Amino acid sequence: MRDYQITIGLEVHVELKTNSKIFCGCSTAFGSRQNTNVCPVCLGMPGVLPVLNKKVVEYALKAGLALNCEIAAFSKFDRKNYYYPDLPKNFQTSQYDLPIAKDGFLEILVDGQVKRIGITRIHMEEDAGKLVHQGDDIAASYSSYVDLNRTGVPLIEIVSEPDLSSGEDVKAYLEKLKAILQYTEISDCKMEEGSLRCDVNLSLKEKGAAQLGTRAEIKNMNSFKAVQRAIEHEIERQSDILAGGGQVIQETRSWDENRGITVSMRSKEEAHDYRYFPEPDLAPMVIDNEWVERVRKTLPEMPDARKKRLVEEHGLPAYDAGVITSSKALSDYFDAVLVKYQDAKTTSNWVMGELLRLLNANAMEVEEVKVKPEQLAGLLILLEKGTVSGKIAKTVFEEMFATGAGADQIVKEKGLVQISDEGAIAAIVQQVIDANPQSVADFISGKEQAVGFLVGQVMKETKGKANPGVVNKLLKEKLDSID
Amino acid sequence: MELYRLTAHQIHQLLTEKQVSSVEVTEAALNRIEQVEDRVQAFLTLTKEQALAQAKAVDEKIARGEQIAPLEGVPAAIKDNMCTKGVLTTCASKILPNFVPPYDATVVSKLNRQGVVMLGKLNMDEFAMGSSTENSSVQLTRNPWNLDTVPGGSSGGSVASVAADEAFFTLGSDTGGSIRQPAAFCGVVGLKPTYGLISRYGLIAYASSLDQIGPVTKDVADCALVLNAIAGHDPLDSTSANQGVPDYTSSLVNHVKGLKIGVPKEYFGEGLDSEVAEAMKAAIAKYEELGAIVEEISLPSTEYALPAYYIIAPAEASSNLARFDGVGYGYRNTEAEDIVSMYSKTRSEGFGPEVKRRIMLGTYALSSGYYDAYYLKALKVRTLIKQEIEQALATYDLLLTPTAPTPAFEIGAKTDDPLTMYLSDICTIPVNLAGLPAISIPCGFSKGLPVGLQLIGKAFGENTILRAAYTFEQNTDFHLQKAALTRG
Repeated sequence: MRDYQITIGLEVHVELKTNSKIFCGCSTAFGSRQNTNVCPVCLGMPGVLPVLNKKVVEYALKAGLALNCEIAAFSKFDRKNYYYPDLPKNFQTSQYDLPIAKDGFLEILVDGQVKRIGITRIHMEEDAGKLVHQGDDIAASYSSYVDLNRTGVPLIEIVSEPDLSSGEDVKAYLEKLKAILQYTEISDCKMEEGSLRCDVNLSLKEKGAAQLGTRAEIKNMNSFKAVQRAIEHEIERQSDILAGGGQVIQETRSWDENRGITVSMRSKEEAHDYRYFPEPDLAPMVIDNEWVERVRKTLPEMPDARKKRLVEEHGLPAYDAGVITSSKALSDYFDAVLVKYQDAKTTSNWVMGELLRLLNANAMEVEEVKVKPEQLAGLLILLEKGTVSGKIAKTVFEEMFATGAGADQIVKEKGLVQISDEGAIAAIVQQVIDANPQSVADFISGKEQAVGFLVGQVMKETKGKANPGVVNKLLKEKLDSID
Repeated sequence: MELYRLTAHQIHQLLTEKQVSSVEVTEAALNRIEQVEDRVQAFLTLTKEQALAQAKAVDEKIARGEQIAPLEGVPAAIKDNMCTKGVLTTCASKILPNFVPPYDATVVSKLNRQGVVMLGKLNMDEFAMGSSTENSSVQLTRNPWNLDTVPGGSSGGSVASVAADEAFFTLGSDTGGSIRQPAAFCGVVGLKPTYGLISRYGLIAYASSLDQIGPVTKDVADCALVLNAIAGHDPLDSTSANQGVPDYTSSLVNHVKGLKIGVPKEYFGEGLDSEVAEAMKAAIAKYEELGAIVEEISLPSTEYALPAYYIIAPAEASSNLARFDGVGYGYRNTEAEDIVSMYSKTRSEGFGPEVKRRIMLGTYALSSGYYDAYYLKALKVRTLIKQEIEQALATYDLLLTPTAPTPAFEIGAKTDDPLTMYLSDICTIPVNLAGLPAISIPCGFSKGLPVGLQLIGKAFGENTILRAAYTFEQNTDFHLQKAALTRG
């Protein structure tokens, strides 16, 4: 492969989690029975008119502020005209030349380097409905059904500058964007449910060339992984064309997940002329400074600021702070544990280790976990006091995770309190030494690892409850005295 | 006198004095419709049973000794582009042959709440596009003054039914003159209120930034009553003005002394019928005689109103009418093999020629590469026209013009020449572009056909318009003359 410079810009659609739709009072709930969250307005019946949901503007403002954008003092909606059966009015009410926010940025960390990615604009629009095709695929379908539950669900479209230059950049950008939007609590950002969708604009040019190459737009990826794969494939496809002396065509391509390739959807010539014009049924919006400032005050601490705080105030390694702050829910959980238990590093080890491991194993989100932060703090306090051993603590945590019971209760009910009483342990140590003369002999002959076996035997005798520190100390003393 | 000849306020008086019942009045209207409808052809749908049931309920209320609202128990009808829950709403189009709305337009629910008796739905130019009601895909409505002439349009049914005494009042919609021009042609009172005064919710949009619902009545007093009944802010319409409304009957005062009226000379140019011009002169003289100060003024941008309108209105229409695609409701061509041909066959067969013409005009004007030259320029012209009229209205209380340059023309006279047809709205279109209120009242006759006088007011200045119109009416008798319902 020749050495091409890759230029990528993203258009990300994010569903806002308002309770009602953007222009009517219908519910936005995901997964309802088909065509139940609908009314004459979102069905686009003759004579109906839109009424803007103010919450949508507020959420868009939050996104704009969280992404360091300039907020428009005057903004309006426009109609984007095109025919499709999932769009009952055959126009989408969107924003064209006066979007609510523009000229922002976010920062990503790739290979230890901070990179600033420009946000060109953020605009509000309504989502379309969904077509369900009968048959193997759209081409072979013998009939199509229309579900309009999603019609009118509020969206914001976030358009980046073409500042991204690799799949890694894109991954970092999407993760960061998702984290920021989740922090502001305006969207769930679930790609699988379609609440975050991403189109990629990608072009290649010779290193050092002044002009950007011809770009292709890629649509239809429904996971971060698919975005990555589509980008990798598209880079390869375009560089093959260029290397062979060909020219990339400006077109829209669709990612085929099963085949792992992008296929042409429509050329530039076939591109829609959307005939945008100002939406005459909605008055333009005047967004005064006071409103903007009021919204700004509702913004939570953003991931970067939070990461910085965890590093500077709690002494966490940057890596730990990055993992914990990648999700607001996880970060909130972490902070809540710290209220009751102050050792940040131990907490982060447990949150990143046991908690995330069990969440992943059970395909659960942090929000769903039964263990309350103060319960985890309780367990860590027991561990610190030596009431339970580290090994027992992990067993206890699994039980907590499964049942939601507190650490104290589990430890008490199952008799898992650590034995730290030297007298009691000394007796068992003596018993183990007496029963394993060979290992003792090995140790005396210089095989240090024999101690491990003997410790294991003591732990076995005590069902893991013996304080390992005390066991080690006593064993060493006994063995040394034999020597 | 026959009951059907009376005005709404006269009926109200008889009802409250218990001289007649609402059922009697309703039956009188229904009988009248039966007698003359084959000649007028104003109704697309009659809701006889609903009307009688509503009338009965009003009578029971009166019998209980309860107060009734000014229009309660009075039979009325509605242009067929306003949604009526459970009652067919067609826009006189083949593309909506079977649409029964699951909701009422705001104006309809307002009238229902005030106990108005609903007689049915009225003919119109398809989707309100036209000036003669000849673009209805259903039937030809005739002018009661001469059945060989058109009633005007697009609210031809709304106006002809009032002129023929079938309904005591009706609602029409006015995008470029669709209430006023037919009101002038049929010798009744028609008001286009200020944009934003009446909710558009449930009005099937032609051009959203221009459309406005308004009353068609037998006299100015009824106009004020109907306006009282339908005006006011509606949270379902984001373009409806969020402000209180006055009692419009308070303007029913016979007094114009000192009122300043401007007469823009551009409205008296080429193509003005000589008898219409005479009627205007006489009206001006009447106002002067009554103490108003009338002066000639100039509104030089007027000539650009028609071309600007025929860019802006079709542009909005091309988008508003996109929803009639055969997918969710209305007519669908079932032979098409794929979605694109289903769209194109459905729309080719469902829409009439004038609607298609305007959809094409609008689509073209909004297309990439033409937007700036057409749509954007038209918006600028619109702003200029608005500023110019508003400036004139800073000096004058009202502007006076003919409503239409000619009286009603013969059926078929202009159907082959859209541009000539468009010219019949030349006096009314600037008012819609400016978003201002204007009324048409009867002020004379030309060749035996009624002539309309247009009074244009300031935004939300309906009261001044009504006062001047009422005063004119009190001092003339044009509004009392009745159509003969005969040919030629």
